[in-house]
Amino acid sequence: MSIAKPLPHDTAALQVTGEARYVDDIPTPAGTLHLAFGLSTVAHGEILSMDLAAVRAAPGVVMVLTAADFDTVPDCSPSAADEPLLATGTVHFVGQPVFLVVAESHLAARKAARLGRIAYRERPAILTVEEALAANSRFETGPVVWTRGAPAAAIAAAPQVIEGSFALGGQEHFYLEGQVSLVLPQEGGDMQVHASTQHPTEIQHKVAHALHLPMSAVKVEVRRMGGGFGGKESQGNWLAVACAVAAARTGRPCKMRYDRDDDMVITGKRHDFRMDYRVGVDAEGRILGAEFLQLCRCGWSQDLSLAIADRAMLHAENAYHLPNVRIESHRLKTNTTSATAYRGFGGPQGVVTIERVIDEIAFRLGLDPLAVRKANYYADCPAALPGTPATTKGAAQTTPYGQEIEDFILHSLTARLEASSGYQARRAAIADWNAGSPVLKRGIALTPVKFGISFTLTFLNQAGALVHVYQDGSIRMNHGGTEMGQGLFRKVAQVAAASFGVDVGQVKITATDTSKVPNTSATAASSGSDLNGMAVKAACDTIRGRMAEFLAERHQVTPAEVFFDEGRVFVGGADYSFAEVATMCYQNRISLSATGFYKTPKIVWDRIKGQGRPFYYFAYGAAVTEVVIDTLTGENRILRADILHDCGASLNPALDRGQIEGAYVQGAGWLTTEELVWDAKGRLTTHAPSTYKIPACSDRPRIFNVDLWDGGNVEDTIYRSKAVGEPPFMLGISAFLALSDAVAACGDGTVYPALDAPATPERVLAAVRRVRGDV
Amino acid sequence: MTEIAFLLNGTPVTLSTVPPTRTLLDWLREERGLTGTKEGCNEGDCGACTVMVTDADGSRAFNACLLFLPQLHGKAVRTVEGIAGPDGRLHPVQAAMVEHHGSQCGFCTPGFIVSMAVGHLNGRTDHDDVLAGNLCRCTGYAPIIRAAEAAADAPVPDWMHADRSAVAAFSLAQVSRGSGQSPEAFRPATSDELADWYLAHPDATLIAGATDVGLWVTKQLRDLAPVAFLNGVADLQHIERRGEMLAIGAGVTIERLREEIAPLHPDFAELLRRYASVPVRNAATIGGNIANGSPIGDGPPALIALGATLHLRRGDDIRKLPLEDFFLDYRKQDRQPGEFVLGVTLPASAPALRCYKLSKRFDQDISAVCGCFNIALEGGVVRAARIAFGGMAGIPKRAAAVEAALTGQPWTEAAVRAALPAFAADFTPMTDMRASAAYRLEAARNMLLRYHHDLAGAPVRLLEVQP
Repeated sequence: MSIAKPLPHDTAALQVTGEARYVDDIPTPAGTLHLAFGLSTVAHGEILSMDLAAVRAAPGVVMVLTAADFDTVPDCSPSAADEPLLATGTVHFVGQPVFLVVAESHLAARKAARLGRIAYRERPAILTVEEALAANSRFETGPVVWTRGAPAAAIAAAPQVIEGSFALGGQEHFYLEGQVSLVLPQEGGDMQVHASTQHPTEIQHKVAHALHLPMSAVKVEVRRMGGGFGGKESQGNWLAVACAVAAARTGRPCKMRYDRDDDMVITGKRHDFRMDYRVGVDAEGRILGAEFLQLCRCGWSQDLSLAIADRAMLHAENAYHLPNVRIESHRLKTNTTSATAYRGFGGPQGVVTIERVIDEIAFRLGLDPLAVRKANYYADCPAALPGTPATTKGAAQTTPYGQEIEDFILHSLTARLEASSGYQARRAAIADWNAGSPVLKRGIALTPVKFGISFTLTFLNQAGALVHVYQDGSIRMNHGGTEMGQGLFRKVAQVAAASFGVDVGQVKITATDTSKVPNTSATAASSGSDLNGMAVKAACDTIRGRMAEFLAERHQVTPAEVFFDEGRVFVGGADYSFAEVATMCYQNRISLSATGFYKTPKIVWDRIKGQGRPFYYFAYGAAVTEVVIDTLTGENRILRADILHDCGASLNPALDRGQIEGAYVQGAGWLTTEELVWDAKGRLTTHAPSTYKIPACSDRPRIFNVDLWDGGNVEDTIYRSKAVGEPPFMLGISAFLALSDAVAACGDGTVYPALDAPATPERVLAAVRRVRGDV
Repeated sequence: MTEIAFLLNGTPVTLSTVPPTRTLLDWLREERGLTGTKEGCNEGDCGACTVMVTDADGSRAFNACLLFLPQLHGKAVRTVEGIAGPDGRLHPVQAAMVEHHGSQCGFCTPGFIVSMAVGHLNGRTDHDDVLAGNLCRCTGYAPIIRAAEAAADAPVPDWMHADRSAVAAFSLAQVSRGSGQSPEAFRPATSDELADWYLAHPDATLIAGATDVGLWVTKQLRDLAPVAFLNGVADLQHIERRGEMLAIGAGVTIERLREEIAPLHPDFAELLRRYASVPVRNAATIGGNIANGSPIGDGPPALIALGATLHLRRGDDIRKLPLEDFFLDYRKQDRQPGEFVLGVTLPASAPALRCYKLSKRFDQDISAVCGCFNIALEGGVVRAARIAFGGMAGIPKRAAAVEAALTGQPWTEAAVRAALPAFAADFTPMTDMRASAAYRLEAARNMLLRYHHDLAGAPVRLLEVQP
């Protein structure tokens, strides 16, 4: 059985030799043209004039397009038709594409794109959430507010009230492979697209729309991405549409890839937020009432911001039961790049906020933050334990949005991690160490995560698959999910191999292709293996059923008495190789090709009311991080991390571990070294790896213990596994709050560090001064 | 156009029509179809384009995006396509990366493989440093380190030694000195040749390691001709002990300097380790670091604190001056047209030298503040002080007022604290994406406090704290 084996990534051997082919590596036909955008240099303004003579005259330039060259400028938005390919009169952020250069080489296009002379009438730019709020510059007509119970009254009646504000930075995806598209014009005006995208169907849709073609005339293929993390859910539309437009006009293949600096300036990032909070607590730190104000900087266009802001609200309580709560969310429109999907999709912003609130409650009350966390956890659910029956109806606690908690496992998971990490003993040892160390201080924190699994836009929770068995017994598998490094293709191949009882090597993994499986959802929301694994299983089971039926009839048994295992098929005392059965089926005119389809059950969601069951289930985890800071400069190091994470019954523990380790480091990077800086004119000044610092090799924890929780999934997911892409990202929050703990050790316990994120050395030092009263 | 010859994955390549600033990365991908080497950033910060370059000194890792083809003349290049054996057998680091799940999206993987293979060849086990210039966004690095550790004891495959012997034979047989010289791209072999040529071409760009000049091409898209490539100038490559002094040629790379200076100035060596990643250190030179005049270069503050003397040459005229006097204003140096850096001399001993680099990330990051301290004590009193900072002004700059405030005072915490206000007289730093002005000033002051603790033997070094 191929399930639960720690098999390597499906093309690991090709990746280590450099053979694995990414879009920019595909050999291009002679005559391929290369594209580059000319970008806006102001954050907000009207275009008065464009002098593109030098651009057109530059060596190698074939064509230059502006909005004026279109009857209707193609739209690149995934949501609201508010992203014209090229600016139409007004520019809305620094880096907005204004004109498009089509040239004989990548370098010629880049050089020419810098020669445009554009005159603007600058208008006041709204850059911050405060400015946007003051100007009522927003998406939707007003804030979204969800309320449960009577939070204001509960807070007023509480023994202690804590309030504050938390500034939380965004994050650049920094996929190592930048955005890229290659469009090959076909006969009759059809288009074939190779794109680095998590959402081939969206690319197909946008290209078809731009060229006034039916979707059936556009084929999009994605073999792999060099990283995605949400940054390739919608941001690739621009390049594919630009290439398609240029290919249609020139009849030549067109390729576009962003230079890294352009990529970082043009494309969206994780949403930054300002989070205001007010909570009333009892003496044990239990939250009696809570109010959150979430100010979300969406940028100039809507993109996926509404759903992202929703998910920040949906995770405002993380793992804690909030009987009285009000969450007010403002989706603010600013003259900055349009913030977009990024691993966790708003969830991490909600989670880190309540985790910092819990940290502050503990500080104010002089308690161990872990004790306050436990005091606020949802009640234990017996149903969460493997093999036990479902919980008793009516007894379950509900989330602020009314979903029953049926599978809460964090009490036992936390207890196990607390013991395995030696949390209590180390906390005491750290206090001793700090007492004797005036310059360097250590800190430790344990934080949990509970993350909801499903697209909150319910209809997206569907997937398709296409499986062929050839007459020699080889299997070719295709589904709607895309491979961005997460190992989806390997996991789904393990599912297919298990269905047929063959070795996983017998399953050929193929590129995602809109001509094979239509109407796919983005590979996003951690849903890849849940959805596509089920769809592939359905397709495989259909074919296996036909094979079994055929053999059963021949051997006069029931189909249920035909077994597929270890490459053999057993029936009525006889056994055949899988290949023999495939040959026999073919010769007996049995169809060996099938589609599969899956839709997630049980989910129902009203996002306006904020009520329903948006999530099929939750994934859980917890991490303990220990850090050390330098109180003279604010520099800091992660010393050790211990993680216990819930992948249900893991489809592939090696790949799941890889997701957990990588997500932790990426999450810690978000909250420590990764700082996006815009200047007063709205220009991003951290637009390259020289200035934007993702974690490097030595930034990983010196000691890094990762274990998988050994439970299953109470819901009937693919082999009872759980999604793993996003949830462990939030384990990095433990590093942030360990820094807070270390800073707190510098003071006398009266001033809370109130660390903002990212906790750069500068912010850590400012917090050290704050707790020492040296402001 | 210039004629150059080198080995590519063991096969000789001769190019007669190469634009002087064509990068190895673009040439590999666009003209040779060797697409295993990736473009991640095109500025030497991500390592996706790492290649191995071998010459008489050995094999080292380089960023192909910051290597101009003429720099490769007479050398051997090995890309990821040449790391597996001729029969397709995986190199031990490749096999270990598969086994330990070291690749996820795989885009950074070829660069990691090359860095790991070079580290493996050279017997390096300090994997964090070997890989500091390779960014991975997927794995969190843990499985990559597990792979590097697992492969460490495997014997070096035969084919990894091939370039070393081939390049020796190749340079003798095929690379004649000064072959294919052209007016746009001069490759001098001696400083005499360079001096004559530069006097005749004072507007030319001198290219040593191309770790900064490379970005003028890849990011600013500038045309640089005429250029001179200095990496073949043999008499600028020396590190020599001259009595109590050390003479260092301008062409010495940061990595060679780090390796050789470590026994004498361990703190300077550690600063140079954090100066940049291995591939950047293998290319960048101390002469380039000085001549560039950047206010945030890490070499000059340490050299100024050491009291280094700078040696310059123009035509046949050689002059010297205290290094701090070379830096006049932001990006403006005391250098005449046609004049170039020959090298620096510095004391071979400075037991009180301490160097502190402050950046958002520890490795492969540019300093927000770089503070270097060197005091001489006599009977507990500060007899002399040399303190210099990067990141605090438009130039690498001595803290003259702070030095004055300390000199003649007892070396006590109280006296150190009393000197702190003098920082405001020395420096008016700027706010940028790396740090605010106020933070820079505060951190600089605190570095003096740290220096005091440090000399007293108190624990102040974050990197030395064990879990």
